[in-house]
Amino acid sequence: MEYKDYYKVLDVPRDAAQDEIKRAYRKLARKYHPDVSKEADAEARFKEVNEAYEALKDPQKRQAYDQLGAGWQPGQDFTPPPGWDASFDFGGGGFTGADTSQFSDFFESLFGRAGWGGRTAGFASRGSDEHARIPVTLEEAFQGATRTIHLQVHETDAHGRPQLKTRALRVRIPKGVTHGQQIRLGGQGGAGLGGGPKGDLYLEVALQPHALYRVENKDIYLNLPVTPWEAALGVTLAVPTPGGRVDLKIPAGSQSGRKLRLKDRGLPGRHPGDLYVVLQIVTPKADTAEARAFYERMAREMPYDPRAHMRA
Amino acid sequence: MGENSESGLVDGMLLDERVCLTMVELCRATGLHAEAILSIVEEGVIEPLGPTPRDWRFTAESLARLNTVLRLQRDLDVNLAGVALVLDLLDEVKALRTRVTALESLLD
Repeated sequence: MEYKDYYKVLDVPRDAAQDEIKRAYRKLARKYHPDVSKEADAEARFKEVNEAYEALKDPQKRQAYDQLGAGWQPGQDFTPPPGWDASFDFGGGGFTGADTSQFSDFFESLFGRAGWGGRTAGFASRGSDEHARIPVTLEEAFQGATRTIHLQVHETDAHGRPQLKTRALRVRIPKGVTHGQQIRLGGQGGAGLGGGPKGDLYLEVALQPHALYRVENKDIYLNLPVTPWEAALGVTLAVPTPGGRVDLKIPAGSQSGRKLRLKDRGLPGRHPGDLYVVLQIVTPKADTAEARAFYERMAREMPYDPRAHMRA
Repeated sequence: MGENSESGLVDGMLLDERVCLTMVELCRATGLHAEAILSIVEEGVIEPLGPTPRDWRFTAESLARLNTVLRLQRDLDVNLAGVALVLDLLDEVKALRTRVTALESLLD
């Protein structure tokens, strides 16, 4: 297990006052909150920051952590020294109120897991609904797919102690899902207590970026590079779409940025989205003598001033 | 919905624009009391369909918004008015980012 430098995570000195730690935490929590942040590793950083704060906000835990000493490097292989918690009694768990299932082994080895409180036998209760995000490619969204996901679930062992287990689940991704939509899996959530039914599992679709296409709700956008003569004269081109190639007529006299709509060729469904092809005129380089001569001839024979409107 | 025991393949229900959730379903999915959902509706964070709370139906988008509300409240200690403001600004940021991506993709 790796040692974690909680002071470094919060970017505070080891002798920081409690309120300084709190300020640092609040600022980082806002910065890396997964609902707000656009940083690629926001979720991981957010967890790390919370774990660090959980360990340092409570003076007793902080003192225990400090007793490990300052000589450790982040990532260094770590085992708690025997008897280090003798005067604190965190061993065996139950000394943190936070949801430690998100925290590292390092944290758990020091402070244990969340306590098992509250519910008593003879009281039946429905399991909790759980939420997870599932990355989906555009191809999967377009065609539908089956995926195996791995969930961390709380289960109780024979002695009634909570345990964290990994459960694999094969899930069908329905055709036509789009970003932010949720899939509800009935009875796949948290276990009920006292014979209560299981909760539901909600999967939120996170559509992954694609090299060619952009998705907006159910519509798909494709930038299509064309030559100046194709745009000026008009042409029929074979255009890639997620459903296969489609012949598309580019009208004569098209300009860059022109949007051509292919109805119902977006994400499928009862109300399928549309596919928009956005023209992008690309000018060939004048990198040979012949090409230069050709451009010069155009300049002479096709005088055109795209800046006419700027002349007041 | 259901589980095919042979392959272990689970079919979910896609909560698309056709699916409406009742107050009970929303309470269950979020762990919130009806009163808490009422005050979130009053703040204008989610908009129910139907005239009275008894017939209220919610879109799946409402559920996603509620979950964001809960995370922001829990993680950042933001009050409801603050969460409402954050969500409005996040919507705006999302729309702007989409537009920026679209425009940037036309430049090289």
